[in-house]
Amino acid sequence: MKRWIPLILFLVLVGFFAKGLFLNPREVPSPFIGKAAPDFTLPVVGDPNTTFSPAEMKGKVWVMNVWAPWCVSCRQEHGLLMALAQSQTAPIVGLNWKDKDREAEMLLAREGNPYFAVPEDLSGKVGIDWGVTGTPETYVIDQAGIVRMKHVGPISPEIWKEKFEPKLKELGV
Amino acid sequence: MIPELGHFALIVALLLAITQAVLPLIGAQRGNLTLMSVARPAAQGQFVFTVIAFICLAYSFLVNDFTVENVASNSFSQLPELYRFTATWGSHEGSLLLWVVILAFWTTAVSVFSRHLPDDMVARVLGVMGLISIGFLVFLLTTSNPFDRLLPAPMDGRDMNPLLQDWGMIIHPPMLYMGYVGFAVAFAFAIAALLSGRLDAAWARWSRPWTTVAWAFLTLGIALGSWWAYRELGWGGWWFWDPTENASFMPWIAGTALIHSLAVTEKRGAFKAWTVLLALTAFSLSLLGTFLVRSGVLSSVHAFATDPARGAFILAFLVLVIGGSLVLYAWRAPKMLSGGGFTWFSREALLLGNNVVLLAALGAVLLGTLYPLLIDALGMGKISVGPPYFNAVFVPLMAPALFLMGIGPLARWKEASLPDMVSRLKWALAISVATGLLLPLTLDGFKPWAVFGFAMSMWIFLTVLVGFRERLKNGARLSTLTRSFWGMQLAHLGMAVGVAGITVVANYEVERDVRMDIGDHTELAGYTFTFRGTTEHVGPNYRAARGTVEVSKNGKKLYVLHPEKRIYNASGMPMTEASVRPVLFDDIYVALGEPLDEEAKTWAVRVFHKPFINWLWIGSLLMVVGGFLAASDRRYRIAVKAAAPTAAAAQGA
Amino acid sequence: MSRKPWMPVSWLFSLALVLAPAVWAGEAESIGADPVIEQRMIKLSEELRCLVCQNESLAGSHAELAEDLREEIRVQMKAGKNDKEVIDYLTTRYGDFVLYRPPFKPLTLLLWFGPALFLLLGAGIWYFTLKKRRNLIETPVDEKKLAAAAQLLEDNK
Repeated sequence: MKRWIPLILFLVLVGFFAKGLFLNPREVPSPFIGKAAPDFTLPVVGDPNTTFSPAEMKGKVWVMNVWAPWCVSCRQEHGLLMALAQSQTAPIVGLNWKDKDREAEMLLAREGNPYFAVPEDLSGKVGIDWGVTGTPETYVIDQAGIVRMKHVGPISPEIWKEKFEPKLKELGV
Repeated sequence: MIPELGHFALIVALLLAITQAVLPLIGAQRGNLTLMSVARPAAQGQFVFTVIAFICLAYSFLVNDFTVENVASNSFSQLPELYRFTATWGSHEGSLLLWVVILAFWTTAVSVFSRHLPDDMVARVLGVMGLISIGFLVFLLTTSNPFDRLLPAPMDGRDMNPLLQDWGMIIHPPMLYMGYVGFAVAFAFAIAALLSGRLDAAWARWSRPWTTVAWAFLTLGIALGSWWAYRELGWGGWWFWDPTENASFMPWIAGTALIHSLAVTEKRGAFKAWTVLLALTAFSLSLLGTFLVRSGVLSSVHAFATDPARGAFILAFLVLVIGGSLVLYAWRAPKMLSGGGFTWFSREALLLGNNVVLLAALGAVLLGTLYPLLIDALGMGKISVGPPYFNAVFVPLMAPALFLMGIGPLARWKEASLPDMVSRLKWALAISVATGLLLPLTLDGFKPWAVFGFAMSMWIFLTVLVGFRERLKNGARLSTLTRSFWGMQLAHLGMAVGVAGITVVANYEVERDVRMDIGDHTELAGYTFTFRGTTEHVGPNYRAARGTVEVSKNGKKLYVLHPEKRIYNASGMPMTEASVRPVLFDDIYVALGEPLDEEAKTWAVRVFHKPFINWLWIGSLLMVVGGFLAASDRRYRIAVKAAAPTAAAAQGA
Repeated sequence: MSRKPWMPVSWLFSLALVLAPAVWAGEAESIGADPVIEQRMIKLSEELRCLVCQNESLAGSHAELAEDLREEIRVQMKAGKNDKEVIDYLTTRYGDFVLYRPPFKPLTLLLWFGPALFLLLGAGIWYFTLKKRRNLIETPVDEKKLAAAAQLLEDNK
């Protein structure tokens, strides 16, 4: 019986490897899922006297999209975001991340602004508070201010349909 | 034209590999000499054609043929010629081609140096190696063809990763593969023995030199990789327990256990099952490593490819080869009768202890490397297992192994008495403990791990001396001691040197991270570093800010170092080129960080003092030399020579 | 802040520094303003993962996020937080994935105890194998069989 042990151990390992082929080791899950969205108060792009805070969104299901003018992938999803803004599914807040050269205002004027509000996180501190590692990253927050989902990378129409729509439906949108 | 020729050569190599595998294995099973004799020519033919394919790819790189996708992705017109050549194996496809060439090389070597082996054994060994070649060639041709064309061809290539543009790239991969792939020989011998049912001491005697040579190459390859990373990466580290590093280290641990286990099987006929299993394990770990770094299953700074589709292919191959070998093992296990008995502190017992400890260490590294995958696959989240874990776990596990390294060679076979050993070794033990406790006090402070490390290296050093002394006392002279003995002593000594180096550098290295204006200086480990600013410097395929740092001691200027911050033209990738200066056994290491102002007059500079780090590389070299020496022992060469006249006689008769 | 150098020349330097400020002006400053905090920060960030790199530590990475996080750690430490609090700060935001030293929790029990278990298992195998082998040595020779063998040899002379 002992002689079969190496083979059995090996096959168990193979099972894990096979499963592993379908996983992405680089995808970092957000520790905020199911927890309250971190609070902040940031000035809005283009109007330093106005601020935005997640508390304002209580009672609504909303989406926070972390983006930057220098981020190439963000441009890919811009079209989709514009369409979503039109369809008024859920308000999209665009957290402008580490925009040192302050290009956000011009870019939004040029390409269209899908965002309900554009808080400006120049230093990236709020990004750190939300566990942001890069752009674009998108969060779904529910009426009570709890983070329900996080997506890393640009949103394609397929991803919206397969990941976001079911989640939003679940939350009553 | 040339790429197509290379592609064609690979197809021919595959056909030859199929011939090399199928016919001799059938022949060995049936006792058909004609079929068995196909093995040698088929193997040698396969080697010729894999080399042709390799030359074709290298040629494409050297002439900048960007219609070949592999060249376009990994090379650049301004890339210096030497690196255009090494780019041949700088990609997933190219490195697999190197794998295949080196496997064919080992197969050919076995086909040449096996005249003294029985025909069915040779047929089986070459046949099994042929099966492995088939797997890799099919993988190459179907999923990873290095000769794929890219039309229309781009104007220029995407350049080679700057980190690879170092002469470590020239020798690290080939040496590593010589070792990694070389374990296929031990594997094939084990399979051949299992197939024939003949698992005697002779099998161990035949596979031992091959295994030792492969192990020596692997040691060299790993040491080179570590040295290269140390110089290239700019943060002063030399081992990160990255999955790819572990993928090469695990076969090394298994290989070390294997060469020790082979000693017992050869000398005493014991441990047959252990040795066979270790032979299967060592190469299986090589294959596992190939899977891990190319499938995207683990995140590594060194990953060749992160392609689940290719990963699936390799996994299937793994199941066939490793699964098949383990089934064979389980089937033949009852036939593996044990050898003679031995007592508690006999050499067999100590070598068994060594095996056990090494396998525990191997298990720990495997566990740590695969744990994130295990947790993720079970849906339980994502964790990281990094250097803190491995260092915490591996170092204590090595303690018994290092201790055994001292007493093992001195213990008698079959029976040994503990009191006898204690009396022979009491001085060595005392001096080692004293060294461990006192040496740290003369250096920079008492550190528990330093105590341990110094005690262990002194212990191994002294027991090596005792080994010599006892032999010389018994009438031998230095010139009459066998190469096998010299090899063993040298390799163990190398380990002692390496452990001493690691102990010093890990416990007493110092670094400073400073902002330096022109004229600023900083002091570290008795040296004064003065920054003289940077100058613009243009290389063949990069632009660099070349820093000048004067190193002085006691006011006397000693050396000038030139760390660089390079930006490569094709990719725009920045790279730190640290400046490393060996001073006897220490290294002074300076790296430029980022410019801290607009005109790049002020820079972040990192200076390190790495005491005794070169003992790490020197110790590794001693191990490599020891391995080669042991493999060239007379008894292996005589067997070859003796076979020749008998073979001639048989032919003449 | 460097530790005591190898040779006892540091006092010479200090003396020179005091006596000849004109010559020795321009001592480079640590990157972090406070060298003690800097050392703490480096030691801690060596145990943390850089989240944008494939597999590098936070200490060694040149990525911008890594620099931001190193700065954040400095800020936290200056505010008086100890190492554990800084680690909690980061794991709250990035999860356990950011730790290169896996935390000791039920999930990682097998990981942390595994190596010791392997060694124990191995020691057990060693012990039982040796017991078996010792018995092989101690099997007494059967006197009758020895006599019969001697007789056979005599017969065949």
